[in-house]
Amino acid sequence: MSGQVKKGYARPLDIKHGRVDMSHGGGGRAMVQLITDLFAKHLSNEYLAQGNDGTCLPLGQGKLVVSTDSHVVSPIFFPGGDIGCLSVHGTVNDVAVMGATPLYLTAGFILEEGFPLADLARIVESMARAANEAGVKLVAGDTKVVEQGKGDGVFITTTGIGFLPEGIHLSGDLARPGDVLLVSGSVGDHGVAIMSKRENLSFDAPILSDTASLNGLTAAMLASGANIKVMRDPTRGGLAATINEIAHQSGVGIHLEEAAIPVKPEVDAACELLGLDPINIANEGKLIAVCAAADADKLLAAMRAHPQGREAAVIGKVVEDANGFVQMKTSFGGRRMVDWLSGEQLPRIC
Amino acid sequence: MKYVDEFRDGDVAQVLAKAIAAEVRADRRYNFMEFCGGHTHAISRYGVPDLLPENVRMIHGPGCPVCVLPIGRIDLAIKLALERGVILCTYADTVRVPASGGLSLMRAKARGGDIRMVYAVTDALKIARDNPGKEVVFFAIGFETTTPPTAVAIKAAQAEGLKNFTVLCCHVLTPSAIMNILESPEVRELGTVPLDGFIGPAHVSTVIGSRPYEFFAEEYRKPVVIAGFEPLDVMQAILMLVRQVNEGRALVENEFTRAVTPEGNEKAQNLVSDVFELRRSFEWRGLGEVPYSALRIREKYAEFDAERRYHLEYQPVPDNKACECGAILRGVKKPTDCKIFGTVCTPENPMGSCMVSSEGACAAHYTYGRYKDVEVAE
Repeated sequence: MSGQVKKGYARPLDIKHGRVDMSHGGGGRAMVQLITDLFAKHLSNEYLAQGNDGTCLPLGQGKLVVSTDSHVVSPIFFPGGDIGCLSVHGTVNDVAVMGATPLYLTAGFILEEGFPLADLARIVESMARAANEAGVKLVAGDTKVVEQGKGDGVFITTTGIGFLPEGIHLSGDLARPGDVLLVSGSVGDHGVAIMSKRENLSFDAPILSDTASLNGLTAAMLASGANIKVMRDPTRGGLAATINEIAHQSGVGIHLEEAAIPVKPEVDAACELLGLDPINIANEGKLIAVCAAADADKLLAAMRAHPQGREAAVIGKVVEDANGFVQMKTSFGGRRMVDWLSGEQLPRIC
Repeated sequence: MKYVDEFRDGDVAQVLAKAIAAEVRADRRYNFMEFCGGHTHAISRYGVPDLLPENVRMIHGPGCPVCVLPIGRIDLAIKLALERGVILCTYADTVRVPASGGLSLMRAKARGGDIRMVYAVTDALKIARDNPGKEVVFFAIGFETTTPPTAVAIKAAQAEGLKNFTVLCCHVLTPSAIMNILESPEVRELGTVPLDGFIGPAHVSTVIGSRPYEFFAEEYRKPVVIAGFEPLDVMQAILMLVRQVNEGRALVENEFTRAVTPEGNEKAQNLVSDVFELRRSFEWRGLGEVPYSALRIREKYAEFDAERRYHLEYQPVPDNKACECGAILRGVKKPTDCKIFGTVCTPENPMGSCMVSSEGACAAHYTYGRYKDVEVAE
């Protein structure tokens, strides 16, 4: 007598020991199961639950702001975070520094055959936590699987959608001579956390990535009423790249004070060891703001009153310079230029 | 940062700047060459020239290992990666140095070459152990500082019987390069490169000691002050050089006493002489063929010599015609004297090697100092 398979029975997903296989991207039952039992389980909400090819979303107030970002960080799990929360923070921050309120996220996963389901579950849980903290909802997603050797574990692309209230206009081309430049906290933490993990450097106090959503901080800054011209998060290329972008977009020069730029002593030490400069290193939970000089104190106070801006500092000023040069008074007492990096300093940092 | 910040103290820098200003004579100029790229980098990175009197000029010397590597040597490495299918391990800056046929190691990597950037030669050894089925070649560049670790790696490979590890040895020697500059017609006869003294190498001197420079000081009447790579070391060395020049002395002085002794590191020296021997001649970018200026692997370690294992023939390749790296490395020209500086030659697309490493004169000026080339409103 042959045994009868129970109607509708499917072997549960073995999250503890299972691995991603080609069927998980094949469009069949295995894929549906992965989506239902893993992704939807952690990320579901009324929009994702619509279950159609596209999601219908209610419009918010003001203009629509959209940003997209792919995440290929290696290692996938690093001190202070992982690719999951990073893929939420990175995109939420790009929307938030526009002055917008981020509301929705979409996520595309490229999984490599053989990737442990336990790791995938950890990543998805971390995304869910990050999205929850930032107050955004994951409203659409996609999963593809590539053969072993054709990917590197997992890549995640997220798109963020937010709404910009009327009356707020921030842009990289609005910096004017006389304005001041602020940073929300210590620089270089994320890149050095990744690098020290890769190079097996250990320190008495482990260096943690600063990966975090900044929409709470940006809301507090906007609520202060200060005349903010530009906000931007200095990710790849670090402070140096972002400040150069602002100088070029606005057609101005920027003068920095090296001594005013907050750098954690352990980050400074690791940079010394690795031959890196903290101002070139990626951050994932910091922002730069340019505001009118008269409002600098007001803005600095608002930033410092927020947990993510406690170490905020004024680090420089905008000057007239058609060449768009960024210069820095060094702590040593000399002057030098701060340039974009050439080539890739740290590949696959985010 | 303890033990580092002390050597970057802005207040002490001001005191030294005042001392230098008080010491220089208004009726003459002081032209000093810092030999090492490490000094070039510190001078540019910390803005040291802003703290020096107008009549003290620093000339960037050829002590940047990446900058002096000739095209022909990079070509050999690329050939190994693309034609022999080896895993080529290299220090990071080297991957961007332009080679023949529009290639560089980075571009060779994009064409399928297995080229890996390593922080240390021990990483290359590990790659060899982990890939027993592949041949692994370490592209060994650098002055006396990086030579002892390469020697250690070769001895370790021999001790553990590692059969798939070889070294493409391009290690060069500092004293021969200094001698070459002092013997150049621009310095000796033409006087187009006025040289009043040298800031001597920091890390190199920890290995070879301060004695090897005594010959230059005596024979060529040029003061040498060995200095560390921190900006205060450089300032202190400049003060010591100015004093020597003013008093008509030409001695080897050691500012870097916290690390350099007259004899140097004898253990390291013995290791190096056990594994390496002098090459009769070696091509340097900028200086051309310099006799007895580089090392090759001794016969008894021949199995670890990539040149022997792969029967590599060195082919010299002339630099790009418009590139002035040669004259810049000899101190004859400044980066801004080069027509292609900052126009077609940039750190993103270097035509010459001086634009590659941040220790190179051109890259240092481009990255840290080019704002000075144009009038900028304060």
